Amino acid sequence: MATKANRLEILKTYKLYIDGKFPRSESGRHYLVKSKNGNGIANACLASRKDLRDAIVAARKAQDAWAARSAYNRGQILYRIAEMLEGRKAQFMEEMIAQGYTVGQATNELQSSIDRLVHYAGWSDKYQAIFSAVNPVDSSHFNFSVPEAMGVVGILCEEKSALIGLVSLIAPAIVGGNTCVVLSSESKPLCASTFGEVLHASDVPAGVVNILTGSRAELIKTYASHMDVNALVFDASGESLKTIQSEAAANVKRCIHLMDDWSQAKSQSPYHIMNTQEIKTTWHPIGV
Amino acid sequence: MKKDKKEHALNFETPFQYAPAPESTAPVKLKERYALFIDGKFQAPSKGIYLPSINPATEETLALVAVADESDVNKAVKAAANAYKGVWGKLPGKERAKYIYRIARILQERAREFAILETMNGGKPIRESRDIDIPLAAAHFFYYAGWADKLDYAFPGRKAQALGVAGQIIPWNFPLLMAAWKIAPALATGNTVVLKPAETTPLTALLLAELIQEADLPPGVVNIITGAGETGAAIVRHPLVNKIAFTGSTEVGKLIQRSLAGTDKRYTLELGGKAANIIFEDAALDQAVEGIINAIFFNQGHVCCAGSRLFVQESVADQVMRKLRDRMSTLRIGDPLDKNTDIGAINSKEQLQKIQGLVKKGIAEGGDMYQADCSIPKKGFWFKPTLFTGVSASSTIVKEEIFGPVLSIQTFRTADEVIEKANNTPYGLSGGVWTDKGSKIFKVSKQLKAGVVWANTYNKFDPTSPFGGYKESGLGREGGLHGLAPYVHLV
Amino acid sequence: MDKHTKTPYEDLTCVTVDQVGVEERVSRLTKRSIKKESKVWALKMALSMCDLTTLEGKDSPGKIRQLCNKAIRPHEDLDIPSVAAVCVYPSLVRLTKSHLKGTKIQVASVATAFPSGQSNRAIKLAETHWAVEEGADEIDMVISRGHFLAGEYAYVHDEIAAVKEACGKAHLKVILETGELSSLDQVRKASELAIRAGADFIKTSTGKVQPAATLPVTLVMLETIRDHFYATGKRIGMKPAGGISTAKNALQYLVMVNETLGSDWLSPSLFRFGASSLANDLLMQLIKEKTGRYQSIDYFSKD
Repeated sequence: MATKANRLEILKTYKLYIDGKFPRSESGRHYLVKSKNGNGIANACLASRKDLRDAIVAARKAQDAWAARSAYNRGQILYRIAEMLEGRKAQFMEEMIAQGYTVGQATNELQSSIDRLVHYAGWSDKYQAIFSAVNPVDSSHFNFSVPEAMGVVGILCEEKSALIGLVSLIAPAIVGGNTCVVLSSESKPLCASTFGEVLHASDVPAGVVNILTGSRAELIKTYASHMDVNALVFDASGESLKTIQSEAAANVKRCIHLMDDWSQAKSQSPYHIMNTQEIKTTWHPIGV
Repeated sequence: MKKDKKEHALNFETPFQYAPAPESTAPVKLKERYALFIDGKFQAPSKGIYLPSINPATEETLALVAVADESDVNKAVKAAANAYKGVWGKLPGKERAKYIYRIARILQERAREFAILETMNGGKPIRESRDIDIPLAAAHFFYYAGWADKLDYAFPGRKAQALGVAGQIIPWNFPLLMAAWKIAPALATGNTVVLKPAETTPLTALLLAELIQEADLPPGVVNIITGAGETGAAIVRHPLVNKIAFTGSTEVGKLIQRSLAGTDKRYTLELGGKAANIIFEDAALDQAVEGIINAIFFNQGHVCCAGSRLFVQESVADQVMRKLRDRMSTLRIGDPLDKNTDIGAINSKEQLQKIQGLVKKGIAEGGDMYQADCSIPKKGFWFKPTLFTGVSASSTIVKEEIFGPVLSIQTFRTADEVIEKANNTPYGLSGGVWTDKGSKIFKVSKQLKAGVVWANTYNKFDPTSPFGGYKESGLGREGGLHGLAPYVHLV
Repeated sequence: MDKHTKTPYEDLTCVTVDQVGVEERVSRLTKRSIKKESKVWALKMALSMCDLTTLEGKDSPGKIRQLCNKAIRPHEDLDIPSVAAVCVYPSLVRLTKSHLKGTKIQVASVATAFPSGQSNRAIKLAETHWAVEEGADEIDMVISRGHFLAGEYAYVHDEIAAVKEACGKAHLKVILETGELSSLDQVRKASELAIRAGADFIKTSTGKVQPAATLPVTLVMLETIRDHFYATGKRIGMKPAGGISTAKNALQYLVMVNETLGSDWLSPSLFRFGASSLANDLLMQLIKEKTGRYQSIDYFSKD
């Protein structure tokens, strides 16, 4: 992000976010992120399959404890993310504009992203009441069904947005107790990397959200076939859709295929939380 | 595990032998052959192929059943698509409800006939088909009938729309009940159906087709076609099918998931399991032992949610084993039509061989086998209730789904240890927890990665109660409010 | 009595019972279909297990004579066994004994301030001694439910042990009065207490309190007997009493015994029915099995 200032600005290194740390790709690779007119604006890490595997390990390790946190606590943390994002608006604005947004577009997307986090923060202790059930079974048993996190969720972000696509998929996954391994938009990875810093400063435990930047074509198969990923949330079509859904069968991975315009207010809902929830039903006799 | 000679042994060789009490087969009037139920009529298969469907308890042929090929599948799917577009998709919910209620009612009226036929074709004890399978199937129709005009209340903030044609493929362990689990929610939500029963147990589904005619359901709303795996595959790949609902093995489930890749078809899968049944030392032990019996010997162990991995806390392991062996001495194996039979026939020769193969492996890998001391009929397919001790998490019979009356038993010391062991499997359909301590129940049941947890009970089913697995045990839920979601688009 | 007073039962704990699980097991057992020769066998067995009982203020010598006749020869036409015992108040033991002389039928006497048990220990022991002296072969005592429910297990234990001692050679049946115990857990606890204190039989009810014998309660008591047998090899008897009036119901009890404790308990020496009208229904069913005709009670003597 070159400017005309007198002093030479230092450039930010955009790194991966894995297990609460900011490593470069273990492969040492990176790629040039270009602006609309084709100029290079920054280097982003080109995550390898090994980085992805490491991120999945971190996500798995963090999942039980994250799901065991109280819903209230997860809501607080999501709200904290919103607060931190609000506080770092300037940087995100700058990055979005560098990646081709107009000021208006960037402002809109940033505000929507913050609002979306607030929206899902509020759901943390409410969706359960809406999607749970006490089932009146025809025997002397108390029977209830509650949502529970699926576990480790792979998230493949849509290509066209820098931030809102990412936030719209991460928030509903983690508010419900999942941990996730996110692959950002390949062409607009900067906000994703910076969002990792926001998460890091927001009391999100290490491993709950892991963010990779890099080549979707290279990583998609590992995502889909990895036996320790429980669900994949993605936007894809054509051959890549087929690859994802087909490889996912290796461990009966839940495939949540979402194509949406995330800037729209209606693209947030507790049904997105439920996409990465299982329903657990428990029976117990009623007697003395 | 051998009986300790020093034990004070109860004597179950008793003069009180219950005389045979076979249910009469008179109410069942089988046809010689069954065609395909397409568009409201029984239609001959295009290639004219019929295969025998047998009674696994006697190996006698009960009837010849058509094999549907690709063109028959096409005919059935088109009939369903036309019925969806022409009639069913336009019918108000309250009218759909009345059709489904009607099916439920007729099923109740003809329950005895269905129960007897279910037992004849599948080998399960008449006690189970009479008291569980058929009443539950009717209850499922009743339950979902009621939803048909109330879908606006089921999905807050959204409107539910039918998907179109549902292709449904069901297994042989609960033939009619699985048909009900599939058909009832599909019809309630406004979809039409092409259902394929399992090739070894098609007869109650075909009787259901007759019942559906009797109920005057519009032609094509429900089509029931018979055949083996290839018929199922043709349903899965048919372009006019909008949703697949499959219950069966994890292996086939994965094949289906793979073959649906890149399509817009929705799917739900109810697959295999290897459930942990956990007995803590503070459990009501006599009821827990009954729970163990129920968990593994219900329906000859042909149950995806069977409690096939038993974990007993070390401090009560000897006690539980003794009670378990004594309880097994009173299990009656034999003629499934006898009202006193507890364990019926294995569903097919193929399944029997699979069980035998795995048990052989269990012995070869060093497991100690104990079998109930009971005689089994000469004809038909039978397997004695079997326990394995001296096995561990790495034993084949502990890892693989046997789908038979074979229980592997391990001990544990602490709650954390057993939770870890219980979850150490790619499956996650169900689990059992037995303890008198409420807080322990919530802790353990919460940590079990399984879709259904039975605490101080086991193998209970109800139409209001969602059922379905975590991990490789499948995806989606059937039953209850949650069972509606797989059959609708939300807008 | 002193030697019994230090029994460590203040913290009596035992395995818990799940009511719904018990009811499910019972429901499964009651679905056994007993037909033909197995039915005849079971009906005869049940008859031989009956303790014909009369425990009324109005019991008189005439009533006792009729009851004893019935006990000895339940029905004139059948090759059937006599019943196991006749159960009466202590004041009628001597008379009952004389009527039953020369038979194998036992005389059972209730004692210990039956049915409430609301008396002091000295009086209860005196009554027991008296009944035994009068010729009772079996003593059916009641436990002090008030003390039991108050958690005074040592008191209840010691009382049973003392009565057992007072019985001498007579067999002791301990009535738990399960209808007053409120839960199956309490039934289990009382059963264990009675067995540990020396009961030869445990018995559900006096017949004066509702509910009297039920299948779930009986199953829990049989399971307690089973656990005691596992632990010690000692066979304790079981007597459901009160409320069992039909042959069908009696057969359900026998199925339960058969599948819980096995054939050793299918004997009057280890299983009894405390009942007054059951015997006639068993007889009616036996005649029906023999003749194929459904019977009328008018053809069977009422006592």
